[in-house]
Amino acid sequence: METGFSSPRTDAFPAGLRVLVVDDDLAWLRILEKMLKKCSYEVTTCCLAIEALDLLRERKDGFDIVISDVNMPDMDGFKLLEHVGLEMDLPVIMMSVDGETSRVMRGVQHGACDYLLKPIRMKELRNIWQHVFRKRIHEVRDIESHEGIDEIQMMRYGSDQFDDWHLLSGHDLTSGKKRRDVDSKHDDKDLGDHSSAKKARVVWTVDLHQKFVKAVNQMGFDKVGPKKILDLMNVPWLTRENVASHLQKYRLYLSRLQKENDLKASFGGIKQSDSSSKDPAGNLSLPNSIKMQQNDSASGIYGMPGNKTLPQSVDQKIHESDLKGIVSLSVMETKKAPIHDIPDPSKVSSSRMVPNHPFGQLEQEVKYARFNSSIPKQYAWSQVPEVQFKQEHKIHHRVENGFNHLPLPGLQHHVQVDFIQPTPSVSSRPFNKEREKPASIEIKPSYNNFSSHQTIQVAPIGTATNLFPVQSESYAISFHTPAPTLTATLSMKNHGLNQIFVNELESAQRNLISGNCSGFASSDGDLISCLLQGNSYATNVELQNKESFNHNCPELFVETPTCLNDAQRFDYDYPWESMEYPVIDQGLFIV
Amino acid sequence: MERSQMYRQLANVRKALFDQGFLDEQFVQLEELQDDANPNFVEEIVTLFYRDSIRLIQNIELALEKSPLDFTKLDSCMHQFKGSTTSIGAKKVKNECTQFREYCKAGNGEGCKRTYQQLKKEYAVLKKKLEAYFQLARQIGPVDGACRPK
Repeated sequence: METGFSSPRTDAFPAGLRVLVVDDDLAWLRILEKMLKKCSYEVTTCCLAIEALDLLRERKDGFDIVISDVNMPDMDGFKLLEHVGLEMDLPVIMMSVDGETSRVMRGVQHGACDYLLKPIRMKELRNIWQHVFRKRIHEVRDIESHEGIDEIQMMRYGSDQFDDWHLLSGHDLTSGKKRRDVDSKHDDKDLGDHSSAKKARVVWTVDLHQKFVKAVNQMGFDKVGPKKILDLMNVPWLTRENVASHLQKYRLYLSRLQKENDLKASFGGIKQSDSSSKDPAGNLSLPNSIKMQQNDSASGIYGMPGNKTLPQSVDQKIHESDLKGIVSLSVMETKKAPIHDIPDPSKVSSSRMVPNHPFGQLEQEVKYARFNSSIPKQYAWSQVPEVQFKQEHKIHHRVENGFNHLPLPGLQHHVQVDFIQPTPSVSSRPFNKEREKPASIEIKPSYNNFSSHQTIQVAPIGTATNLFPVQSESYAISFHTPAPTLTATLSMKNHGLNQIFVNELESAQRNLISGNCSGFASSDGDLISCLLQGNSYATNVELQNKESFNHNCPELFVETPTCLNDAQRFDYDYPWESMEYPVIDQGLFIV
Repeated sequence: MERSQMYRQLANVRKALFDQGFLDEQFVQLEELQDDANPNFVEEIVTLFYRDSIRLIQNIELALEKSPLDFTKLDSCMHQFKGSTTSIGAKKVKNECTQFREYCKAGNGEGCKRTYQQLKKEYAVLKKKLEAYFQLARQIGPVDGACRPK
């Protein structure tokens, strides 16, 4: 394999396809290498997932496709899959000796473009180039669908992590320029061109994005329009269309954050409650009555209770068990139709699920949440952060029963800021890679509380859909997998997403990450990247996961948090640390 | 001719391995991958397998000594080992793996232990047979390339 960046061979495609094979089984690694070489592919082998990720990061454009085993000692294959999909946006093929439907489904949910069963035959490998080809075609289509705007770039911007993304996938900037130069020459060679970008790409650098955010905030998120933003930004070469497209993505991103917050809030708030009454915002005209215990806590939230200490302790203890509990709850929940169903704690106890990705469900839910959050847009976007918090809690009614044992409101507070931790979902993972997951760590504390009783009730999928009929079916469906309840609750929350709130959230997340910057150890890295990913994932489900995530903590801080909630920050740090390990073990990864 | 006799002997040994169910189609795939660039490819893979799988087997053995048995862990270890057995086409060994996993799912500790013993036996038997096979092949080996039509 050549050193440095190897350029794709456009003329002999698929010959020369650059494949990275990851498998801890040395015999298979050797066999696959031999087979792929026979197909005239360029093969690089790796027996450790971590090494593979490093390799991929080093040679940004050095590979066309990744083939990875599902079971690996250092990192779960699905996790690697997510990382690759998110950061590098390469097609990934999973392999395993186990062909059980649930596993295959999981692979697909995590974004695998194919799932091969061992023993693998030559003919199966001969055709893997189709996945590379397909992705390229889609990329081109995506790009062409946006007038002059680099779709992929936009999608990758992932909000505040955008700059990190740039740093990480620095090649985008340079390659973007390079592509622009060569675009004219390579129009016919799109297939060979790794990026297959036909149009000039607008690179939303950190600075540019900051200007954008400033302009948006100046006018008020809900009132702003592309033209005004453009004027305020005062960037001569930028077009109105560029801004419009970017704005759209930004809104989706915010919605997603909102949802995640809601989700978190719901978890955190799950306490005994009962209807909480104060629904600060009345915006959510959610029908739901299920008020999670959070309601009570929600009220607590109003004051942004300084229960920081609580979360921390909570986190530490329950963390893992909670997650499991949550997961199981989610799982259980999904089966139930009525929104108000509160699963029998005893049922939940045995987490059927979970498997390697405790947060799988959450992801799902988060995704739902994300989707749902878009709805809030319809609402006023001028919610006060606190209110939002509260609202979120309110919305998550369902959790009532389960929350009897939930911790104090403080947790909720805590929860909110943090990203929701996806409840592990065994099987249902939405198509999107679990971007939301990363954020989940923070939520842990709240979950933890819940998990002790495992009463968290996740609304069944059905309810989710009921709640948000407006939401596009596609979203609901894609997320429709077990454990929708969380997401359902999230979506419920749709209260207007306050720009400030979002900023706070982002900054809080950043804090979390920074607080935890322990370098990129495999587990840490995963966590962090998870977080990052959570933040930076494009909100568009349909968009391919093109965001790249920066795994280095320091790079994450794009802007100083404007978040006024120091408490939140504080909370994050603690839970982060406490949760870190358990999370990692559980393969939180949404990265 | 001695060589032709050896070829025939080699072919018979090989056939027996398949007929008696020790090896499956995967072994043939490995043979097909063998070429001038890798003239001892099959043997290389088998060696890698036996070397790598030692620790996997040890993991299973250790897990089987625990009390109470952690079936999830056992299943996971066996899953890994099974994946390995498919690399060389070790049919009988693989079947024992499958059986073992069934017992794990059923929570049958005794069944697991019994199957494991059987598995170890098959694993050792196959190793001996393959060693003999390759030794024979090596005796004929060097001439092989020259004789094969290009």
